[in-house]
Amino acid sequence: MSHDPHAMLTARELGVLGCPICGMVCRAAPQGVDVECPRCGQALYARKPNSIARTWAFLVTAILLYIPANALPIMRTKTLFDDRQDTIISGVLALWRAGSWDLALIVFVASVVVPLAKIAVLVVLLLSVQLGWVTGRRRRTRLFRLVEWVGQWSMLDIFVVVLMVALVQFSTLARIDPGPGAAAFGAVVVLTMFAAQAFDARLIWDAAEGSLHDD
Amino acid sequence: MKPSSIAVCEHCDAVHRRVHLAPRARAHCIRCGTVLYTERRRHLDGWLALTIASAIAYLVANLNPIVEIQLRGESTQASLFQALSATWYSGAEPVAALAALCAFVFPLVRIGLETVVLAYLQLGRRPPALRAAMHTLVHIRPWSMVEVFMLGVVVALVKLGGETTVIPGPGLAGFAVLTVLLTILASFDPDTLWENAERATP
Repeated sequence: MSHDPHAMLTARELGVLGCPICGMVCRAAPQGVDVECPRCGQALYARKPNSIARTWAFLVTAILLYIPANALPIMRTKTLFDDRQDTIISGVLALWRAGSWDLALIVFVASVVVPLAKIAVLVVLLLSVQLGWVTGRRRRTRLFRLVEWVGQWSMLDIFVVVLMVALVQFSTLARIDPGPGAAAFGAVVVLTMFAAQAFDARLIWDAAEGSLHDD
Repeated sequence: MKPSSIAVCEHCDAVHRRVHLAPRARAHCIRCGTVLYTERRRHLDGWLALTIASAIAYLVANLNPIVEIQLRGESTQASLFQALSATWYSGAEPVAALAALCAFVFPLVRIGLETVVLAYLQLGRRPPALRAAMHTLVHIRPWSMVEVFMLGVVVALVKLGGETTVIPGPGLAGFAVLTVLLTILASFDPDTLWENAERATP
């Protein structure tokens, strides 16, 4: 067995389970026996059940819906002279041209960069676990924490649409209606958040341990 | 080692011995850097005062228009509820439902549950259905998006500001205060609640 600079005693080796809800630590039961957290009643597992399959399922659905989310308009603006349909990207460009480059940047990051980066990072994490990568475990865990934290900010555009639809309702001058892309985009945000919750970051470290024992 | 004297990293499974932390300090996993636990013990009365304050801010935020806009003599205004119903009736029901859950329902559940749990603990009694309440609080945490909604309001106002006159309403101030209060509350360690509940009479 080669020396692993990151080797540490794990809960699984010690025969204990940490509760994901309340953080309490209790003794694991023999295999096949269900354990409940004595403090909060949560069912405890050494690893999230079917983590990889569930994460892939949410992620693939999110990738498929990402296409209509960006191709279809999320907002339709009707004025006396104009009938314009805006996709996420064209909305960002409109903000940019209106001179609010800072807000254009915020919306671009929240609505385009973050969902794409989340999907890409989760795909890499899943593949790295399935292929048993040993390198960059700490960096990959940090990426996962980032994905977990950043998830909800992608809902920004949904709230913008909801407000614009309510405010721009001038009988003849102008009105705004939501477009079909908005629902698809909302679904992408929800699905990527579910995917991040389904992923078990401990698998990143398990893969390394397994391959080291095989040496 | 007793299970109560160790902490397990949720992201890499490494086992750590719990140590006493200085006030406001955080313990990180030495292997992967994830936060293990924090030392943010609060007096329950201060905590309860903050949840009651956020309940008031929530009411102000939701019962008042967030903003009014004027365009050539015509004006419209929207509270959060009006925004949600306008979206619902313009045919985007799923979008309205999603926004309603994240900006309206989950924050309400979060503030309500936290206030009730704290009020019971303050009286030295174990809250009814404590386990269900604590589970709900953990699960809705990432879906309660007041701060994201707040940024959405800012973006919408700038988008509209070019062509219309924008007049901020009391609801906007309510949401701003609510964002700050919920951010402070989110930094409190729920461990304090469990410890108080274990000492309380059922």
